[in-house]
Amino acid sequence: MSDRATIPIGPYHPLQEEPEFWKLIVEGEKVVDVDVRIGYNHRGIEKLSESKSFDQSIFLVERICGICSSSHPIACCEAIEDICGIEVPERARFIRTITQELERIHSHLLWIGLAGHFLGYNTVFMWSWKYREPICDIMETVTGNRQNYAMHKVGGVRRDIEREHVSYILTRLDEFLKQTDMLKGAVLDDPVLHARLKGIGVLTREAAIDYSALGPTARASDVDIDVRRDHPYAAYDRVKFNVITQKEGDVFAKAVVRILELYESASIIRQCLDKMQEGPIDSKPKDIPPGEGIGVAEAPRGEVFHYVKSDGTNSPVRHKIRAPTYMNFPTFRETVIGETVSDATIIMAAIDPCYCCTERMVVVDGSNKELLKAQDLIRLSQEKTKKIRDKFGIK
Amino acid sequence: MTVDNLLQKISERFGDRILASDARSAKRLYVDIYPKDIVDIARYLFKELGLRFNIASGVDDFDGIEILYHFSYDPSGVIVTVRAILKDKDNPHIDTITTVTRSAWWIEREIHELFGVEFDGSEDTRPLLLPDDWPKGVWPLRKNFVVPKRDSRKS
Repeated sequence: MSDRATIPIGPYHPLQEEPEFWKLIVEGEKVVDVDVRIGYNHRGIEKLSESKSFDQSIFLVERICGICSSSHPIACCEAIEDICGIEVPERARFIRTITQELERIHSHLLWIGLAGHFLGYNTVFMWSWKYREPICDIMETVTGNRQNYAMHKVGGVRRDIEREHVSYILTRLDEFLKQTDMLKGAVLDDPVLHARLKGIGVLTREAAIDYSALGPTARASDVDIDVRRDHPYAAYDRVKFNVITQKEGDVFAKAVVRILELYESASIIRQCLDKMQEGPIDSKPKDIPPGEGIGVAEAPRGEVFHYVKSDGTNSPVRHKIRAPTYMNFPTFRETVIGETVSDATIIMAAIDPCYCCTERMVVVDGSNKELLKAQDLIRLSQEKTKKIRDKFGIK
Repeated sequence: MTVDNLLQKISERFGDRILASDARSAKRLYVDIYPKDIVDIARYLFKELGLRFNIASGVDDFDGIEILYHFSYDPSGVIVTVRAILKDKDNPHIDTITTVTRSAWWIEREIHELFGVEFDGSEDTRPLLLPDDWPKGVWPLRKNFVVPKRDSRKS
């Protein structure tokens, strides 16, 4: 059709971490089709892992993602432990759980900040990134690093949590919770955000199941799955927590799930610190026998899946890795089509992909003439929020 | 459903179309099938038993290209792996399961480009990860693919 225009977005995204190339086909304001091209950052990690020893592949998978640098190693360790049938010591299980939950908190805070920015709430962006600091500090205390923790190994963990650090961790956690209360109020009690995000980018329950969506994306569409509860690993069978679900499936529901999960994560960390007993942290396995194993872990964005096949040598024959965004990504076909361009930004950001939409984004018509520039999409999104604010009479 | 319940249901339904089965632990079940039965068994697991499709893994093995379809039964935390071995390495092909679940859309494109497996009936065989100008007939996750050495004289 002649009045159709293509909006190419990407492939370089300076705001979030991974490059992708989006093609939005629009008719006027309305998105009628969407396609995505990935692979600009393909590093061949599955192939590379076949040339590494089992110990080295843990370090390798840690570098898949800077944010999920606890989930991938845990899933990989689980897969290798599944091959050997090793039991991980109790204390190591608790330490794994603590790193998982700290990771979840800091990842969700990152997302809340970015979502705020896309909507023109830059205060939320500043706050939530600032409130992430106590969590990164705790992470540094527990693992020695704010990111890329190098904490996990087959059979256990590398470092123990010192007893004198526990009170420090609890103090910082309290500090974080106080700030989160404020953040929660600012986001969930804001009438403008309700008006702006409700009913936008709805992923129905049926579509979420058909696409096998994962993590908060699925839970916001009333699909009650959580690897932590369903496939208990680490120490998740020893702690109590609620799996947060929402019925609506829109962008607001996804935000609610993530914000409420912050509290569950903090509660899990407290329970772990409380229940942890002194003991060994490493079962020191020797050889990896031939066989195949599967490991899963609940990363902030959903289930991480690792399949490892061993032939008895010291490196894997095959190492398949599936990150949660791989399953959540294609749901865009359901959520973006039919919405307006000003909503596309926040819908795409709502599954928390490694996505962003600045700088390289240009709207072209059939003659390849530039119509809209880079930051315009974020501006469109922010302007829509402003219109709603004006309607509500909020300055 | 435990591993045993699941295995019993699958065996009752498919009988001798199941080549082998192995309940490795309380949470892991492996079932070997003929490639031609993949759509039927995927439909049974996904639609009738309500399992979630995790992902598929391709493996280049001595006997052929193996494709492992991993399904999760979340209420009891069991992972069922369905294995189909494509014996003809020169022309491996299997039916697409995107007709059963759209979640297999991307992974079939990926296995297609990385292992050279044809998914019969698939509507989308465009490359997912590799660049558009990747040479034809070169499949990087096959064992005979040698990672090219970088030429240090070029920057």
